[in-house]
Amino acid sequence: MRPRSSTPRTPGADLPEHPDFLWRNPEPKRSYDVVIVGGGGHGLATAHYLAKNHGITNVAVLEKGWLAGGNMARNTTIIRSNYLWDESSAIYEHALKLWEGLEEDLGYPILFSQRGVLNLAHSLQDVRDSVRRVEANKLNGVDAEWLEPDEVRKICPIVNTSTDIRYPVLGATYQPRAGIAKHDYVAWGFARRADEAGIDLIQDCAVTGFATDGNRVTGVQTTRGTIGAGKVALCAAGHTSVLTDLLGIRVPVQSHPLQALVSELLEPVHPTVVMSNAVHVYVSQAHKGELVMGAGVDSYNGYGQRGAFHIIERQMAAAVELFPVFARAHLLRTWAGIVDVSPDASPIVGRTPYDNLYLNCGWGTGGFKATPGIGWALAHTIASDEPHPYVAPFSLDRFVTGALVDEHGAAAVAH
Amino acid sequence: MTSPFRTPQGGRVDRATTVEFTFDGQAFTGHPGDTLASALLAAGRHQIATSISLGRPRGIAAAWAEDPGGLVQVEEPFPEPMLLATTVELADGLVAHGLPGQGRLAEIPDSARYDAVHHHVDVLVVGAGPAGLAAALTAARAGARVALVDEQSEAGGSLLAGTERLDDAPALQWVAAAVAELADHPEVLHLQRATAFGSYDDGFVLALERRTDHLGAAAPRHLSRQRVWRFRARSVVVATGAHERPVVFADNDRPGIMLAGAARTFLHRYGVLPGREAVVFTTNDSAYDSALDLHRAGVRVQAVVDARPEGSPRRREECERAGIRVLAGAVVTGTRGVERVTHALVAPFADGEVGAGSAIACDVLLVSGGWNPAVHLFSQARGRLRYDAALGAFVPGEELDGLSVTGSAAGVPDLAGCLADGQRVARAALSALAIAPAADDRLPAAPEPVVPSAPLVLWRVPDTSGAEGSTSFVDLQRDATVADIARAVGAGLRSIEHVKRYTTIGTAHDQGKTSGVLTSGITAELLGVPVQDTGTTTFRPPYTPVAFAALAGRDRGRLFDPERVTALHDWHVTAGAVFEDVGQWKRPRYYPRPGEDMEAAVLRECAAARTGVGILDGSTLGKIDVQGPDAAVLLDRLYTNLMSSLKVGSVRYGVMCGVDGMVIDDGTVLRLAEDRFLVLTTTGGAAKILDWMEEWAQTEWPDLRVHCTSVTEQWVTFPVVGPRSRDVVGAVFPQVDVANEAFPFMTWRDTTLDGVPVRLARISFSGELAFEVYVNPWYAVAVWQRLLEAGRPYGITPYGTETMHVLRAEKGYPIIGQDTDGTVTPQDLGMGWAVSKKKPDFVGKRSFARVENQNPLRKQLVGLLPVDRRTVLPEGSQIVEFRADGQLPPPPVPMLGHVTSSYRSAALARPFALALVKGGRSRIGDTVHVPVNGTLVPVEVTGSVLVDPEGARRDG
Ligand SMILES: Cc1cc2nc3c(=O)[nH]c(=O)nc-3n(C[C@H](O)[C@H](O)[C@H](O)COP(=O)(O)OP(=O)(O)OC[C@H]3O[C@@H](n4cnc5c(N)ncnc54)[C@H](O)[C@@H]3O)c2cc1C
Repeated sequence: MRPRSSTPRTPGADLPEHPDFLWRNPEPKRSYDVVIVGGGGHGLATAHYLAKNHGITNVAVLEKGWLAGGNMARNTTIIRSNYLWDESSAIYEHALKLWEGLEEDLGYPILFSQRGVLNLAHSLQDVRDSVRRVEANKLNGVDAEWLEPDEVRKICPIVNTSTDIRYPVLGATYQPRAGIAKHDYVAWGFARRADEAGIDLIQDCAVTGFATDGNRVTGVQTTRGTIGAGKVALCAAGHTSVLTDLLGIRVPVQSHPLQALVSELLEPVHPTVVMSNAVHVYVSQAHKGELVMGAGVDSYNGYGQRGAFHIIERQMAAAVELFPVFARAHLLRTWAGIVDVSPDASPIVGRTPYDNLYLNCGWGTGGFKATPGIGWALAHTIASDEPHPYVAPFSLDRFVTGALVDEHGAAAVAH
Repeated sequence: MTSPFRTPQGGRVDRATTVEFTFDGQAFTGHPGDTLASALLAAGRHQIATSISLGRPRGIAAAWAEDPGGLVQVEEPFPEPMLLATTVELADGLVAHGLPGQGRLAEIPDSARYDAVHHHVDVLVVGAGPAGLAAALTAARAGARVALVDEQSEAGGSLLAGTERLDDAPALQWVAAAVAELADHPEVLHLQRATAFGSYDDGFVLALERRTDHLGAAAPRHLSRQRVWRFRARSVVVATGAHERPVVFADNDRPGIMLAGAARTFLHRYGVLPGREAVVFTTNDSAYDSALDLHRAGVRVQAVVDARPEGSPRRREECERAGIRVLAGAVVTGTRGVERVTHALVAPFADGEVGAGSAIACDVLLVSGGWNPAVHLFSQARGRLRYDAALGAFVPGEELDGLSVTGSAAGVPDLAGCLADGQRVARAALSALAIAPAADDRLPAAPEPVVPSAPLVLWRVPDTSGAEGSTSFVDLQRDATVADIARAVGAGLRSIEHVKRYTTIGTAHDQGKTSGVLTSGITAELLGVPVQDTGTTTFRPPYTPVAFAALAGRDRGRLFDPERVTALHDWHVTAGAVFEDVGQWKRPRYYPRPGEDMEAAVLRECAAARTGVGILDGSTLGKIDVQGPDAAVLLDRLYTNLMSSLKVGSVRYGVMCGVDGMVIDDGTVLRLAEDRFLVLTTTGGAAKILDWMEEWAQTEWPDLRVHCTSVTEQWVTFPVVGPRSRDVVGAVFPQVDVANEAFPFMTWRDTTLDGVPVRLARISFSGELAFEVYVNPWYAVAVWQRLLEAGRPYGITPYGTETMHVLRAEKGYPIIGQDTDGTVTPQDLGMGWAVSKKKPDFVGKRSFARVENQNPLRKQLVGLLPVDRRTVLPEGSQIVEFRADGQLPPPPVPMLGHVTSSYRSAALARPFALALVKGGRSRIGDTVHVPVNGTLVPVEVTGSVLVDPEGARRDG
């Protein structure tokens, strides 16, 4: 045992320990019933629910790098379901309900903290949009409130609610059940369960091509050899279009860097999650005490997993403007993920021109919160060959029919 | 407290001056030139705090930014969390205390100023040690534009920590001469206290300059506290030196245990002895310098413990001459002591096996496991690293375009080599820039380097304490140990990134400066793979932490985003306007008279515009001057309606859609000439639409001969609105025939007023007879006053955006962004008439053909009249089917749409609203419900035009 001294310890200094065993590192088999490409949160959750809900365990998750090292390792972990449109709030609310029982399901301390999310309004139009979203949420059974500035101050006293700032806070929407979780713990929790069920998690295994027979995919070529597949699901986030290009499927996503950053560990000052679109920043204080924040995407396309620094500077200006107490917090580390942004800022999930190929992408800047929900619904879709009702509105062919689920104008900040 | 550990002389502190400071509530003194750490060590204080999760005492373990031990909170002069005692320069009145890894933010706003500067150079040299100085001199002498930045308070780098000689004189004399020479070059910028913290593509490097803290109360008021330098360098030379690497052993975290090189820095630079009795534990020759120098300074060096079987024969001889015992083939296996190390446990070490040991008393234990080149900036710029097995360290593994690494940052071992390498790298950079080196490019002569005995790469000493590595600390800041790494590997983790996340090593304040390479080494050892395969975790900016406020710079408060005001702003302020933020603009929302609230003011303003005359400052509308032979072609492709058929002198309303066929902006277009249009956009859409036009013109249709220029700021616009507007405009501009036949609706005329050009246009966003007056902003106040003057007989009433909104809503004119949300087509708005059937193509056309666009249940813009004639529906309210029982079913409740705009109407004498409603036009006459604060308010669906549907007023 570690020697412990009697000195009082820093609050939040100790995160719960990870288990002694996480996963095997198996060699790939010659073929699997289901091959999931991409070992991020979505791929791992899909694997878990394939096993748990459908008893399908002859499954491999192929990951080109280290498990959950893509956006899953890089996001700011905001979880909420207060989306505007019925289609969106349905799947995100389903996910939120799963989050509420996930710690138990996974037997893993995922540090899901329902500390609430405030989406600030800074203009009269923000107020209209916010009220609209709150009203829609309520009718959809999603917990939501509109708060006046003094109520905002009560929930998060460090937000600058004075009227003489550049864009005064005119109010906020509040979802009490929203919050944050610890991303690695979530991913590893799913991975461990999948591994326990006998699913092979195969790392350093990049899919480089597909074997097809007519309108069926029969296997994948990888950096660790060819692997046969009964069904294939793509969960490659920012690299989806690289894969679909190999199959001649055009998917309307653009890959952008999205940056985030943390401060050093600080005593608790920020009890909730605050998101602001006009003064563009979103921020929470994670369990250890670091401020975690991000803003919008870098506007160019790329796979570089790093962004431009002026975005960070702008974000810092926004942070200090909204939270004057942050002035002498320090930027400790910055990074970027590659997010797959669709034209209507909604995901693209479901069937493809290939009978046994399933697509899951377009979650862009906001797919962490969906992790259990999409894993659940995608597993169902794969197992039953039929889009789960939660994902049916998000089919690829909506870009042909025009049945878009446009969350751009509608949904505060898209994280 | 006194300073018993201050040497009688030497060091670079200003002994003539004493500064006072407080640490952990206790008073101390030090000197200018001290850091908080050196001053505390001078007083004999090593412990700074206890550790974050185990609560173990921790002290100063290094001399600069790599220190994993000495985190402090500054309280005075201004609270700042999580600084390192080793990098806080002492200033009078400093108050600080130690931190167990978590700091506290100030509760009061930071009043310090921060700013940023752009600087472009041929060559940027980072690091003013020997290699960096050599590089900077070489570049400067060649006449290049050079910047030299260094994070320390003075130039010299590693030379500050030693006794090296150059040209047979103390090396620091050469440093002083080099600095003076650089200062003489007009094209050279030399900054000390400036840390390059981020390195990006194409020679973009960021540095943070600390400008005032070290001056204490004497800091000039005009200086910003910190400055971010944004360097753009054609060539970057990274000369950032190396960090000494510890060796991990049991209980290696006690105060008094520090890197060997750090002890030498404290001695030579600050005149401070780290203790009285030292044990030195090393795997390489460099720590012998520390042992010998400390010995000369009066420290009893109990033993040099060298893990190499033979040690270093030459160094052993030197030690023996000095009477220092050298134990070769031995290691430190553990320590004793609680708040300070009291003993080093030393044991023989051969073939990886540890023998029986003994305790050696000491109050300071100096450790060296070799040196890690500071490759951070190279690595941030995406340079690949190579593991150098001889050094036990990662070194730059490739050449990068425009960024080179030199000196010990590149693994160059000795002073002579660093000088030569700095010069070589600078010359290569110059040659790539086609700059000839200077003829006289002399560097000082360094003593012939002595070839050191080969170092031993030793990451950790096997734990014989029985703790199984659980007190062998790899990352002191995270309290993470060898046992933690072993657990991670046992859990199935193979990637170093996973190990980092499992153990949290490298995630703390120091970002793994001392622990990173150790973790790679230990992980590789446990997995039985080469260290090269394990690699390092990714180096990410910033190199050292940077205050948020420093990065925010001047962009705070009112400067956070430029505040745009019209030429009439002062007039509005004087008139008592209440303002609204619209995009970046401040716009008058309404002009309350004494005793009026918004509702009363708006009803009054509306009535004036509908029955007399009102006037609005509409200057914020976006204006784009579109010129060129193909101007009409571009507009035809971007608007849904035809613009090319517009006659010179006429005005047309137009709608723009995105490629998805959804409305993105609307406004009027004035044709000024065959090849010239003035395009008006919404206030908020101005910049976006100019971008949009440019994007299409530049990327899709570069063949079009057309130019778009924003002229928003070049014209003010005053709509004069209402039945008496003709009288007012006619009176002010007598040369213009304002009769309807001579100046019909949707035309414009140029005229002058006292020689000043003025443009008049008959455009109406209110449904009333209206004239827009355009003039150069310089004359805005004068023209506005003339209009007010002429309008006085009619009770001319200035009105704001709120009244503008009500007037237009009564007419069913949508506001893009309020009555639309990016999911609304022109057809949905009832503007099918604005979509050309004739044009072969335009942006959005294809999308109109999609199935979903034919859906009869699409949401359409309609009017809503609350049946009770009283309720003002909150904007944003949702609309549900009529429910006879007045009760909502359980969720999810199907929604029909939402209220986009809602006002009280003076003209209708009742509240009304606009709404987007599923199949709205087919519901006209129906009653639906709007939930408002828990009750269902019945509302009647109407057409969207509620006032003057025939347009008689507007056109008259
Ligand atoms: C900075 C940042 C902040 C964010 N903040 C939030 C937030 O606050 N809330 C929220 O809900 N969402 C947020 N997101 C979005 C969220 O992270 C993503 O939507 C989500 O993680 C995507 O799903 P994933 O976890 O499966 O993706 P990833 O973790 O990216 O998984 C995709 C995996 O596919 C692998 N892969 C790609 N190509 C191949 C191939 N050819 N072969 C094998 N494997 C391959 C990748 O290596 C990767 O591991 C944020 C994203 C970023 C970058």
